[in-house]
Amino acid sequence: MSAFVGKYAEELIKNAKYIATPGKGILAADESTGTIGKRLSSISVENIESNRQALRELLFTSPNALTYLSGVILFEETLYQKTSDGKPFVEVLEENNVIPGIKVDKGTVEIAGTNGETTTQGFDSLGARCQQYYKAGARFAKWRAVLKIGPNEPSELSIQQNAQGLARYAIICQENGLVPIVEPEVLTDGSHDIQKCAAVTETVLAAVYKALNEHHVLLEGTLLKPNMVTPGSDSPKVAAEVIAQYTVTALRRTVPPAVPGIVFLSGGQSEEEATLNLDAMNKVEVLKPWTLSFSFGRALQQSTLKTWAGKKENVPKAQEAFLSRCKANSEATLGKYSGGSAGGLASESLFVKGYKY
Amino acid sequence: MSCFVSKYADELAKNAAYIGTPGKGILAADESTGTIGKRLSSINVENVEENRRALRELLFTTPGALQYLSGVILFEETLYQKTASGKPFVDVLKEGGVLPGIKVDKGTVELNGTNGETFTQGLDGLAQRCQKYYEAGARFAKWRAVLKIGPNEPSELAILENANGLAMYAAICQQCGLVPIVEPEILVDGPHDIKKCAEVTERVLAACYKALNDHHVMLEGTLLKPNMVTPGSDSPKVAPEVIAEYTVRALQRTVPAAVPAIVFLSGGQSEEEATINLNAMNKLQTKKPWSLSFSFGRALQQSTLKAWAGKEENWKKAQDALFVRCKANSEATLGTYKGDAKLGEGAGESLHVKDYKY
Repeated sequence: MSAFVGKYAEELIKNAKYIATPGKGILAADESTGTIGKRLSSISVENIESNRQALRELLFTSPNALTYLSGVILFEETLYQKTSDGKPFVEVLEENNVIPGIKVDKGTVEIAGTNGETTTQGFDSLGARCQQYYKAGARFAKWRAVLKIGPNEPSELSIQQNAQGLARYAIICQENGLVPIVEPEVLTDGSHDIQKCAAVTETVLAAVYKALNEHHVLLEGTLLKPNMVTPGSDSPKVAAEVIAQYTVTALRRTVPPAVPGIVFLSGGQSEEEATLNLDAMNKVEVLKPWTLSFSFGRALQQSTLKTWAGKKENVPKAQEAFLSRCKANSEATLGKYSGGSAGGLASESLFVKGYKY
Repeated sequence: MSCFVSKYADELAKNAAYIGTPGKGILAADESTGTIGKRLSSINVENVEENRRALRELLFTTPGALQYLSGVILFEETLYQKTASGKPFVDVLKEGGVLPGIKVDKGTVELNGTNGETFTQGLDGLAQRCQKYYEAGARFAKWRAVLKIGPNEPSELAILENANGLAMYAAICQQCGLVPIVEPEILVDGPHDIKKCAEVTERVLAACYKALNDHHVMLEGTLLKPNMVTPGSDSPKVAPEVIAEYTVRALQRTVPAAVPAIVFLSGGQSEEEATINLNAMNKLQTKKPWSLSFSFGRALQQSTLKAWAGKEENWKKAQDALFVRCKANSEATLGTYKGDAKLGEGAGESLHVKDYKY
């Protein structure tokens, strides 16, 4: 058969379509313990379980914010955590029509013989883990593959490894009822121009969709989480409309119409930049057979984090900051963002060179 | 870079989009001398140049037909032929708003070690030939790759070779100003069911688009000419709505939105079958970012040929038959065909020839 149509096929298609609802998007709150530690330390908060729980509770109970979200990606620890009143986070999300998702990869490791290129690990017992996560309420998963641009990068080896890895992860998820988010991130690091990023992105996406076809992945039950097409971090910036043109062109050349939605990662972009670029894409007047939305981590949480600073008395204000970013991005998915929800914090670049996720 | 932007980029995109104009499609009149000989002999007409010329004049001067066509694919000989009154066919077409196209492949040869699988030849000197054809007025090209379904077919080798051949051909065409029609035909021969055809079609198309990407082909300046997804010729037929559903789904899973139009081949389908299936596809309420149209040879010419029978006095009757099919297929591209076209003799006749050698 071409696409594997297992017992979860209809559910996968339904959930993928729901996540791609216009006006909604994904909060990526799946920072591993190590990574969330960096965030917490940036606001001088200790990296212990109760603080990690408090931060996520702040986000998930922000009044009215969940209306703008169709999904939240969780780290394993968070999937089993509760609010301070004892209500499981998964229930909080479900009651507000937000689908819980789960990060299932185990980080990247270097590919020997390459110039710092990586592959992603996490296959051991992946099927069994997915089953557990499904039982706990997760209905989609996420796996991040990373590629970089350099004089000889990304290499054919790196492209093939990462594409095959994403495809294998995707089919295992589908066998176990989880919609796989396919994330082939091409890092912004570098001095290349936007044309180079476009060329690499198109080559990578073509390889990814060829691999998904080979592995019998049901495209209607997947989502794509790509980078936007931008100049390298060491290159002069360009207008949002230019980013929108190059990005949409790259996707039109590679992503089959069967994919219901594309949810961009924000990379190192500031909150406001990410929103403006997403908005510009949804304003481009060309046929787009998939919805264009967001799956933002830093670009949804940055000002919220800073406003909270770990203090209970700051929670309402922090939640307002979060609501403001959710609403702005929701409008961006409809091409209706009118700008101006940027506080100083929202314009701060979140780029970290050689960012280790 | 990902796609090679030839100096003809804008023109290629414009021409490809024009060919995909809703309400229009392609007449495939590019039968090689050998193949047209078979057609002519079926109506007892001698295969000489004058008769080949006369047939094509009959087609291209059919009153009112050209409005339903955005392109006509020609064989090399025809590209340089004229009407009886001395007007170049290319001019007749251009004046009728129809882009002339040219078949550039040189037929298939067997792949060693396979069970009768083939690859397509014609790459040698292709760039020079394309430049000549462009000068003669051609603006698109066509290259037919052939695959078959069997217990072990299509093999990975056949898929790779044909996809690669199509991609190389396409890249060369674009460098010379010709919009390449990419045609990976999966033959209908066999007892397989429609699901098998769908699976193979998806696998083949995925390989084609990977190869096109590898070869830096600009998708906005290409067209796809695929088979419809149907049961094998030795299997029970299914309803047009089923064919439509499987076909459009296969395309949704493999053909990027950057491709402006998909122009189906008719394979061995009868004139009426091909039209009704195309119509069903255009009625389907689902995501279709490319237009769905026709590039029919036999399924546009069968009743015309029979009506003509090589006789001057049948000229008008034959032209009327072509007009009917062109109009019907035009409506099918809009999903408005009501199945009421005056059927010419043979319009319902299957045109399937087992193991058809093109």
